[in-house]
Amino acid sequence: MKTLDLFASELKVINVGLTSFKESLEQEGFKVVQVDWRPPAGGDEEVMEALRKLMGK
Amino acid sequence: MVDMDKANKEALRRLVSATPKLVGMGKAINVVPGMKKNMLLHAGPPVTWDRMCGPMKGGVIAALIYEGMAHTKEEAETLAASGQVEFSPCHHHQAVGPMAGIVSPSMPVYIIENAAFGNKSYATMNEGLGKVLRMGAYSPDVIERLKWMEEVFYPTLDRAIRFLDGMDMKSIIAQALHMGDELHNRNRGATSLFYRAIAPAIVRTTSDPLVIEKVLRFIDGNDHTFLNLSMATAKASLDPARDIEGSTMVVCMARNGTDFGIQVSGLGDEWFTAPAEVPPNALYFAGFTKEDANPDIGDSSIMETAGLGGFAIGAAPAIVQFTGGTPKDALNKTLSMYEITIGENTAYQVPYLNFRGTPTGIDVRLVVEKGLLPFIDTGIAHKDPGVGQVGAGLVDAPMEVFKKAIIAFSKKYA
Repeated sequence: MKTLDLFASELKVINVGLTSFKESLEQEGFKVVQVDWRPPAGGDEEVMEALRKLMGK
Repeated sequence: MVDMDKANKEALRRLVSATPKLVGMGKAINVVPGMKKNMLLHAGPPVTWDRMCGPMKGGVIAALIYEGMAHTKEEAETLAASGQVEFSPCHHHQAVGPMAGIVSPSMPVYIIENAAFGNKSYATMNEGLGKVLRMGAYSPDVIERLKWMEEVFYPTLDRAIRFLDGMDMKSIIAQALHMGDELHNRNRGATSLFYRAIAPAIVRTTSDPLVIEKVLRFIDGNDHTFLNLSMATAKASLDPARDIEGSTMVVCMARNGTDFGIQVSGLGDEWFTAPAEVPPNALYFAGFTKEDANPDIGDSSIMETAGLGGFAIGAAPAIVQFTGGTPKDALNKTLSMYEITIGENTAYQVPYLNFRGTPTGIDVRLVVEKGLLPFIDTGIAHKDPGVGQVGAGLVDAPMEVFKKAIIAFSKKYA
C-alpha cells in the first residue's frame, strides 16, 4: 500500500497505553482496539530490577 | 543460577499427578499434626488476637464456647487475650479452613490422603451458609449445630467413608467441572456426586432411620458440603510441590481477614503478606451492603492456587451471573489466568474451552511481569463478630505480596 492510500482508507487503530488516546479517536468515529498492557511490575524500579535478574533479561 | 523453568515444571508435575482420596475422619486433636489441647487453628498467615478481624474473633469465641473453655462471649474474649490459647495457621498443620478457618481440638476433620506422594491434609466439615462459626457467628444455635455435627454427623460419615474404603476426590472434581462447578463458590455438582456416593453407604452402616434422614437432609441442604473437601484436596495436591529449589510457583494463597499471604515453593515456609481488601465486586444478601463487609478472609483461595475456583470460573458461568457478569466474562477471566500459570491440569477441564485443562500453577514472575493478578471468587463475612455471612464476590490478590516474593527470590537466587 502506498503511503497516500493509507490516508484515503478507513483508519483502524490499535492503541497501547493510555486509554484516553483510544477514547479521543472513538469520539471522532474511528474503530480502536485497546491492548490490555501495563508496565512490568507496575513500573516499580526495585521489583523490575529483581525481575530482570530472574528472567535473565 | 538455578534453572527456574525446570524447577517449575517439576512443581507442576507434582501438583497435577496428585492422587487425593478421602480416607476417613478423626478428631483434630487425634489426627492433625502438631495440634494441642489449648490450640486453635485459623485461616491465612499468622495473626495475633489483637490484630484479628471481627469474624475471626467471632469464630474464636464460638470455638472456645464449643470446647467448654468459656461460657460467654466475655469469658471467651478474656481467655483469648490472656495468652493461654495458642493460635496457629491451618497451613502450618497440613490443614485448611474456609473463612475464619477455626479448627479446635474436638472438631472432627476429613482426612485426605495423597498416596502418590505419601502426604495427608485435613479440613473440618462445612456447616452451611449464613449464621455459622466460619463466618464469625457464635450464638447458641451455632454451637448446637456444631455439637450435632460432632456427635451424630461425624461418626455417621466416618463409618460410611470407611465402608466405601475411601472416595476418589480427583474424579469427583473432574466431573463437577463438567456440571457447572468451579469448586470454590459453586460446589453444587460436587456435593451432589458426594451425596450419590455416600448415601447408600450411610444406609448400610447406620441403623437409626431418623439419623439417616437428618444426615442426608443436612448434606442435601448445603451446596457447600463439598467445599471443605475440595479445599483439603487442593491442599493435599499442592503440599508435595513445596520446597523445590528454584521454583517460583505459588503453593499457598491464604487470608486471615487482616492480611493476605502467599508462600512460594522455592522460598520455604516464609509468608509474604499485604493488607487484605474488601471484594470490590460482590452480591450482598438482603439488608447488607459493602459497608458491612469484612476484608477478604479464608484459606479457600487454595482452590485458585491449585488452578480451580476463579481460575476455572469459565466452567461455572452461574458464579459470574450473581455479580452481573456474563458467561463470556467468565471465560475471559479463565483465559487471562493462562497468562500467569505454568501449565494446565488435563484432569480438570473447562468444557466451553473445548475441554482445555484449567490454568494451573501460579508463577510469581509472570504475575509481576504482566501485572496480572490471580482472580479469586469468594464468600464475604460481616466485619463484626457474631453476624455471619453477608454475601459473595470477586477479588484480585494484592500485587504487593508478589512483589515482595520476587525481591526475596532475587536475593536468594539471582
